[in-house]
Amino acid sequence: MKKVLSGNEAFARGAFEAGVKVVSSYPGTPSTEITENVKFYDEIYSEWAPNEKVAFEVALGASLAGKRAMTCMKHVGLNVAADPLMTASYTGVNGGLAVVVADDPNMYSSQNEQDSRNYARFAKVPMLEPSDSQEAKDFLIKAYEISEKFCTPVLVRSCTRLSHSKTVVALGERGEEVDFGLENNIPKWVMVPANARNRRKFVEERLVKLAEFSKSSDLNRVEINSPKIGIICSGVVYQYVKEAMPDASILKLGMVYPISFDMVREFASKVEKLYVVEELDRFLETEIKAQGIKVENLNRDVCGELSVDKVKELFGIKEDINVEKLELPNRPPNMCPGCSHRGMFYAISRLKLFAVGDIGCYTLGLLPPLSAINSTVCMGASVSMTHGIDKASDGKLAKKAVAVIGDSTFLHTGVNGLMNIVYNKGFSTVIILDNRITGMTGHQPNPATGITIKGEPAPKIDFEILARAIGVKHVYTVDPFDINQCLEVLKREVEREEPSVIITNRPCIFADRTVISSPYFVDTEKCTGCKACTRIGCPAILWDDNEKQAFIDETLCTGCGLCPRVCRFDAIHQRGEK
Amino acid sequence: MKVDILMVGVGGQGIVLASDIVCDVALLEGYDVKKSEIHGMAQRGGSVVSHVRIADKVYSPVIPFGQADIIVSFEYMEFLRYLEYKNEDTKLLLNTNKIYPPSVAMAEADYPEDTVENYKTKFAILVEKDGLKLAEKAGNVKAVSTVMLGALAKILDFKKESWLEVIKDRVPSKVVDVNIKAFELGYAD
Repeated sequence: MKKVLSGNEAFARGAFEAGVKVVSSYPGTPSTEITENVKFYDEIYSEWAPNEKVAFEVALGASLAGKRAMTCMKHVGLNVAADPLMTASYTGVNGGLAVVVADDPNMYSSQNEQDSRNYARFAKVPMLEPSDSQEAKDFLIKAYEISEKFCTPVLVRSCTRLSHSKTVVALGERGEEVDFGLENNIPKWVMVPANARNRRKFVEERLVKLAEFSKSSDLNRVEINSPKIGIICSGVVYQYVKEAMPDASILKLGMVYPISFDMVREFASKVEKLYVVEELDRFLETEIKAQGIKVENLNRDVCGELSVDKVKELFGIKEDINVEKLELPNRPPNMCPGCSHRGMFYAISRLKLFAVGDIGCYTLGLLPPLSAINSTVCMGASVSMTHGIDKASDGKLAKKAVAVIGDSTFLHTGVNGLMNIVYNKGFSTVIILDNRITGMTGHQPNPATGITIKGEPAPKIDFEILARAIGVKHVYTVDPFDINQCLEVLKREVEREEPSVIITNRPCIFADRTVISSPYFVDTEKCTGCKACTRIGCPAILWDDNEKQAFIDETLCTGCGLCPRVCRFDAIHQRGEK
Repeated sequence: MKVDILMVGVGGQGIVLASDIVCDVALLEGYDVKKSEIHGMAQRGGSVVSHVRIADKVYSPVIPFGQADIIVSFEYMEFLRYLEYKNEDTKLLLNTNKIYPPSVAMAEADYPEDTVENYKTKFAILVEKDGLKLAEKAGNVKAVSTVMLGALAKILDFKKESWLEVIKDRVPSKVVDVNIKAFELGYAD
């Protein structure tokens, strides 16, 4: 049977067909939907882990126990899992282990644009790169064969355009589950220096064998067309090249690391001019040039995403597309109407605090009119950076700065920062914006949500008890829609020369729809046009320039009740209320 | 047959599901099909675009500039953001319903009414639908995207039964009838 599947759906299908037993991941765009689709296969145990390092180690443990395992993450997630990756390269695997890593060229939803192929070289493990959904499924199955044959974790690289594109896939059946049993092999699995030194040699020998395997593998494909131009490419870039340069000869690498240079030399000998077309870093090009193989220079931008148009441009094919760029009102991403973070951001903004932010929906608090976020680096950084600000200013800036972090992100890597603040006698104020869900990536549950990936009930981490257990004495839970309470607690806690944690207690409005209530409206008799309500940045509050009054789009309003609390003229009321 | 369709609009309008339906219909009719869209950042109210490419063999999942055969704009002004995909034969299917961008809602910018009027006539064929009115008539204001699918089905060479089959398969069972009605209203002239 054939179906149109996204790359992510196809990876999930591949795990099913490969007989994978355990999948542990942390959500991150564009990788999230792989694990979200794995959960529909009852044959596979799946879970959301608190972060990518944990997820990787769970998968490695499952491999040690003799079963096939997978972990999926976005490119920056692999940074978090880099520690176990580097050593898992040495231990190798027992049951097959595939690590799917999704890059984000053009940073559609990421804080940086790193090229994960560098991790394959860094960790000295093979990396496969599929170019459409069919290959996403097929290559993942191949990854398990390679993993078990060569005793190595296998990286499988995706990118936004593969993960979130849909192409036709022929479905197969579930393969037999492997069961190699729990491997008790101390020289292989205990990486004390004496053992690790031996495994280090194994890793180098494995790379040689892998390159040899790559040479004869059908993962790579040579398409000889014109002898004039030969192009080496991989992944989704292959699709752009095929469309832009239909007459060129192509070496399509399905294994991007290690590269079989014998194969590259053979291809080079069949074409007059050899080019490498790749997205982001000059990864293949550098490797190939280092072997003394002549590659023509292309004036390629290493930033951003390629396309058919850009590939044509590289080869000097100019097309006349004559379009004037219009100045249009933008549709920026916005915090949802009724978002539980809005009240706290309004309070932070009113007090002109320096908000050290983090990764999640609440990063959108940076946008006007709230303009409440002053930094965003990586998950968990808000808490530790606030401590750095505190120590750099001998405590002075701790009275002006707060860390702002979501529930999922706090559990991901924020909690370590909080331990550090307490241990090292910092004064920082940490605000946990607890909306009970991983919002930005599309509402995945986490250890504080109370359900598992399959929707089964689970224990809920209580942030108040957790913070106290870490040693924070001043822990307060506030209603983020009660602006006065937020202002009062914030003012008091930033002044305090001790660490404090403030927790908000309203769920994400679109993850828990039961909290949506009847909409509010503006009483035009009472509205003075002071614009205070428009400053909370709610998409449901609009401004009528003719009447010089605010009004509410009742189809958008979720009835959160924040706007009447900033109106000094009692002009905002709920429908159905007297 | 080879057809490149650009579906554009605003987050929450059902563009992703609508483009999934087009893919399934193309597959059912025996074509290769690819689709690409970007999601991730909270897209509620953000600009959304989905590329759908249908042919005997499709390579890039993204439509090159100047190559869209059809642009389906689920919101009145949104097609203006994607004019670089149009050529002189491109057809425009336009939902006349407006969703104000934040700056317009805050009266800091004007809705580009005149620009829409000016550019919508520059397409080889223009089909306008009051999606909201037709969806209301079908029985649910949320069926606007299915109205637009009906309008799209009218100008594509696929069997109507294929569309109906896929819609029945794709939409939740309790709203199948409403969506089929919405599809028919969009399909009608």
